[in-house]
Amino acid sequence: MELTREEESALKGEQGETMQTAYRILVATGEATDAERLVPIKWAHLSGVNYNTIGDAGEEFLSNISKEARVKVKTSLNPMGFDIDNVENYNLSENFISKQLSIKKSYETMGVMPSFSCIPYEIFENPEEGTQVSFAESNAAIHANSFDKLKTNKESAFSALASALTGKSPYSSLRKESSSKLTIRMKVENPDELTYGMLGFFAGKVGNESVNVSGVGKMDHRSCKSLCGGMGTSGTCAKFDFDKDNPESEKIDFDENEMNKIYDELNTCEKGDLITLGSPQLGLEEISDLVYRLKGRSFKKKCMIFCPRVVKEQATKLGHVDKLTNAGCEILSDCCTCLTPLIKKDEVDGVTTNSIKGAYYLQNSNGVGVNLKPLSKIIEDETK
Amino acid sequence: MRKILVHGKVKGTILKSQNPINFLGTMDKKTGIINDKSHDLFQKSVKDRILVFPYGIGSSVGAYTIYSIKSNNSAPLAMVCEKVDLTVATGCALANIPLITVTKDEFSLLENGKEVSLDTDLPNPIIFPG
Repeated sequence: MELTREEESALKGEQGETMQTAYRILVATGEATDAERLVPIKWAHLSGVNYNTIGDAGEEFLSNISKEARVKVKTSLNPMGFDIDNVENYNLSENFISKQLSIKKSYETMGVMPSFSCIPYEIFENPEEGTQVSFAESNAAIHANSFDKLKTNKESAFSALASALTGKSPYSSLRKESSSKLTIRMKVENPDELTYGMLGFFAGKVGNESVNVSGVGKMDHRSCKSLCGGMGTSGTCAKFDFDKDNPESEKIDFDENEMNKIYDELNTCEKGDLITLGSPQLGLEEISDLVYRLKGRSFKKKCMIFCPRVVKEQATKLGHVDKLTNAGCEILSDCCTCLTPLIKKDEVDGVTTNSIKGAYYLQNSNGVGVNLKPLSKIIEDETK
Repeated sequence: MRKILVHGKVKGTILKSQNPINFLGTMDKKTGIINDKSHDLFQKSVKDRILVFPYGIGSSVGAYTIYSIKSNNSAPLAMVCEKVDLTVATGCALANIPLITVTKDEFSLLENGKEVSLDTDLPNPIIFPG
């Protein structure tokens, strides 16, 4: 990699230990991903926030680095493990809560915005087309590259943090113009958001870096998010193109048969003890839509709704939170279904959800069964 | 392919594995001992060795495990892999452990128990004494 004189000096430690560590991460990541240089970025979004995933080692590292480190660019943050406003409902250990709050404090000390959201593209204004950003959350990186005309690698928690501290990121493949080497022909008719989630999961499995999809019509926002969440869960891809068929690209069909294979892999039980909506977290539009669809009906079992804090505040003002609470929902901000410590296998056998990303992690990390259904079917079956 | 991911200069004894290593799942972060029964380094500690293995696997959070073994003074002196992966690359960067990748032929020359010097500033970073 070619470094500028200033970057070389930082790597040698002449600008302090924190900068040296940050540049060491950027150089290691850049060499690993064949980047020839570093480029400036305008926005970093960090993962590695939930104590359930980063553990004591992560908590200690962040606590140490936050003594000196300060972010240089706008930096937002992924969800953490719980919502402090209702954590008392969930029998979490005191150790978990205090370690999680220490992580929160470390990020805040570094100057990171405490957004605790996996949908930065929905709660912040997007910069102009072509802006280089550095997003670690996979669904957000895919959304940024595919729908928001931004450019990011599928960053790791570490490269995104190093980008936040330096304002730079390796100039790797996804930041450059290139066409997808694989085209998926969408053959499933009448798709809903669950179908798109499975299409994304399929794309992540078969693709590498980016995938072109042909034959999808206009998707609503819920379906776009589901598509990005699915792809981020199953592989290392971080971009969709649509109908940009490159004649040399390999073609593969996503049909009923492929869809059913994924459904059978992720749908592991017939009914859930509770329902979760969100992974990715719900935006205001989806919450308003849910209130509209319920039309005064109530859930027969507890429904956990995950959204960013700012969305909950807006939904509260609009009266949605009261209506949803009365309909048997609990609205949780700052956290998400994915890798949640709030759903435990000794308390819950199965969870109903419309999220492919949620389903994967509930099964593999929480060890509970998953009953997958689109939202329309959840409302039809689970409300009265 | 030969790549220098984290720079450094060390001298030590090779501990070689033919199996990929999952740092998050199988390494004790206090002692640096591998606790996966099916692994060829089962019950061996990576501490103060030049750890040679094909590549890392598993969650990217494994990078924090590499940081932990370094904080607990149980880290290898350096790592040499055949294939690069982001977990090991970022973990070694966090912990400041020299890391290089080598070609398949070079990888096969690195034998368990051999003494070597590693200097990432040299055109041939691995030197066999004698």
